[in-house]
Amino acid sequence: MKVLSKEKNVILLGNEAVVRGALEAGIMFASTYPGTPVSEIGDTFSRIAKETGRYFEYSTNEKIALEVATGAALSGIKSLVSFKHFGLNVAADSLMPIAYVGTPLVIIMADDPNCWSSAQSEQDSRYYSRMAHIPMLEPSTPEEAKEFTKIATELAWKYKTPIIVRLTTRVSHTRGIVKCSNIKKTNMGGFFKKDINRYNNLPPNTVRMHIEILQKIEKIKKEVSEKIKINQIIGGKKSDIGIIVSGVGFNYVMEAFDDIGIKLPVLKLGMTYPAPDKKISSFIKKFKKILVVEELDPVLENHVRMLAKDANPKLKIYGKDLLPKAGEYKEESLVYALSKLTKIKCRIDVATHMKQYHKLNVPRRPPLLCYKCQYRPLFSVLHEIAPDAVFGGDIGCYILGMYPPYNVQDFIFSMGASQGVTHGIKKVSKQKAIAIIGDSTFFHAGIPGLINAVYNKSNPIIIILDNRITAMTGHQPHPGSDFTSTWEKQDGISIENIVRACGVKNIRIIDPTNMDEVKKTVKEFMNNKEVSVIIAKKQCWLFGEKMKRRSE
Amino acid sequence: MKEYNIVLSGVGGQGLLTLIKILDDAAMLQGYDLKSSELHGLAQRGGSVTGHVRFGKKIYSSLIMEGEADLVIGLEPLEALRSCYYGSQSNKTIFIINNQKIVPPSTSKEYPKLEKILSNIKKFSSKQIILNASDVAKEVSGDEMMSNIYMLGYASKFIPLKKENILKAMSINIKPKYFAINKKIFNMGLDV
Repeated sequence: MKVLSKEKNVILLGNEAVVRGALEAGIMFASTYPGTPVSEIGDTFSRIAKETGRYFEYSTNEKIALEVATGAALSGIKSLVSFKHFGLNVAADSLMPIAYVGTPLVIIMADDPNCWSSAQSEQDSRYYSRMAHIPMLEPSTPEEAKEFTKIATELAWKYKTPIIVRLTTRVSHTRGIVKCSNIKKTNMGGFFKKDINRYNNLPPNTVRMHIEILQKIEKIKKEVSEKIKINQIIGGKKSDIGIIVSGVGFNYVMEAFDDIGIKLPVLKLGMTYPAPDKKISSFIKKFKKILVVEELDPVLENHVRMLAKDANPKLKIYGKDLLPKAGEYKEESLVYALSKLTKIKCRIDVATHMKQYHKLNVPRRPPLLCYKCQYRPLFSVLHEIAPDAVFGGDIGCYILGMYPPYNVQDFIFSMGASQGVTHGIKKVSKQKAIAIIGDSTFFHAGIPGLINAVYNKSNPIIIILDNRITAMTGHQPHPGSDFTSTWEKQDGISIENIVRACGVKNIRIIDPTNMDEVKKTVKEFMNNKEVSVIIAKKQCWLFGEKMKRRSE
Repeated sequence: MKEYNIVLSGVGGQGLLTLIKILDDAAMLQGYDLKSSELHGLAQRGGSVTGHVRFGKKIYSSLIMEGEADLVIGLEPLEALRSCYYGSQSNKTIFIINNQKIVPPSTSKEYPKLEKILSNIKKFSSKQIILNASDVAKEVSGDEMMSNIYMLGYASKFIPLKKENILKAMSINIKPKYFAINKKIFNMGLDV
């Protein structure tokens, strides 16, 4: 695998570069729950863990992945956890106390501006850093993704704190040349040393710990953020305009300079929390105008406004007034903003160019369920026999059943939400209701929803789509599948036994491609007074194809 | 040459990623800096997929700006049209398009005629070449998938990378038992 290459320069995907950085830093323990755009971090670890003598697991969900890595880290082992932004939402309950007790841990988290692979929201997760008092690094390229993972490992152990490395899709899924150094191993024999003074976070200790963590952040600001070379000024020609930038926006700034033939001084922030207040203040003193470049919310911009009040009250601060508030940035966004600020025109008139394109009105090609997907027959039957039923949707490729011709799934919120919401609808309406949830999602956050429906005497039909794998994110194993986290054969945990243990009496396992069986079962269960569960079991065909190719 | 920008567009499952990896490796073998961009996740499932490959002295962004492509490789005509705004007449963009249509199953609009697609692309381009890459690949290898490599063979006339570097990059990214047939198809594209 390329990530283990002994060459000096290696082309790596941003996500692979994170893994390489972890290996060079001596990370020995990694956990995750798959989620695009970070799925390849876990997938890469899963393929190389044995070979490189490290531990890796796909945990049942992100909260557990964070807790598992915390256990290893508090036992003295260099550990890393990765998930997408929604995964951090799931893990958030444990995140704050883990930071309070000073857990040295690398947390890799990716936001997804433009929602290339995220169906829930376009959230900006940088706020978590401020809420949990956890330092944050923001790489802009695969090369930096590797370097910043190493820096995060070093800082986490030096200051006994989690560090979040915040990626975005365009860092995770960009390939570039990465300078590599040697892979390193560290201690793998852990021991959890009891220390109730440190771990007792019951009140009134909680408030004491809050004070301590605020002091720690101040210390890191002074000793690291103000001095670290990843918070750097990249000199330009003398000007009354300066740029402050974090993340992938830096690349677009540099390209746009070239497009309009200017070069302004840039303060590039690799560590954005705690921000280097002194460095920012002394930078903004030199200018009349500052453009703050960051995707999504004006987090840095507001911080710069606060600092400017003392450092340079007359400073004009631009950011979200010239750049998009939603969606991802592009070179074009920066060309527009910089042209406005400097009054120099770009050689390409992007607006006119795009007007001409939009006139073409190109027919859309929406994403579809695979043409051989085993859920196509199931969805067509559901659509036919229960067109008026409310269909509670969940997270997985079956989301695509929402589109015509099936129109099956009326809402989708978050992992496991199908059952809770459907149960609520059932309690107040006379409508027929069917919740649809995938196997990996069922293990992740579906079981409490099922128990709740049984306990509170609801009667939806719950269809568990069991395709034996986590399909949407690229086919990762889960507790019910036939493989371990590192691809040894195993007997998966039985979904049927779990459902039965949750108190469900009406259970049927069916083949989703057997349309008569689907029709018969749904009709039979439709008027039940209790919860009914249909397990639609058949291996994802695309996964089957992949396994065939892999064995070639 | 300061930089060279290639847009690849097609439908999820057409093997666009392999082409990106080959071009990346070939650029590095030639001593260039490079960045490429690809999308994973929802976009893979039969939807439109676009990849960008950029190489040159120093490359910051992995995305090509509108109008700035030097070359657009369209693995499917409608997808070539969808990505046509990356090209421009001022930048003398070349379009190489596989004529094999993949009609989207659920669309309210009709699939445009090939002539119409071409005349629209002309507004964003200085040169358009249509290849029957899928037919050739199927005839030679029995597998349409290798149409990509035929397209790459033809495109390598324009891409400022040495043929031996592209072939070496192919050998890195294609399983040994399929290399010979791919090399044959690449050379056929080159000889058109």
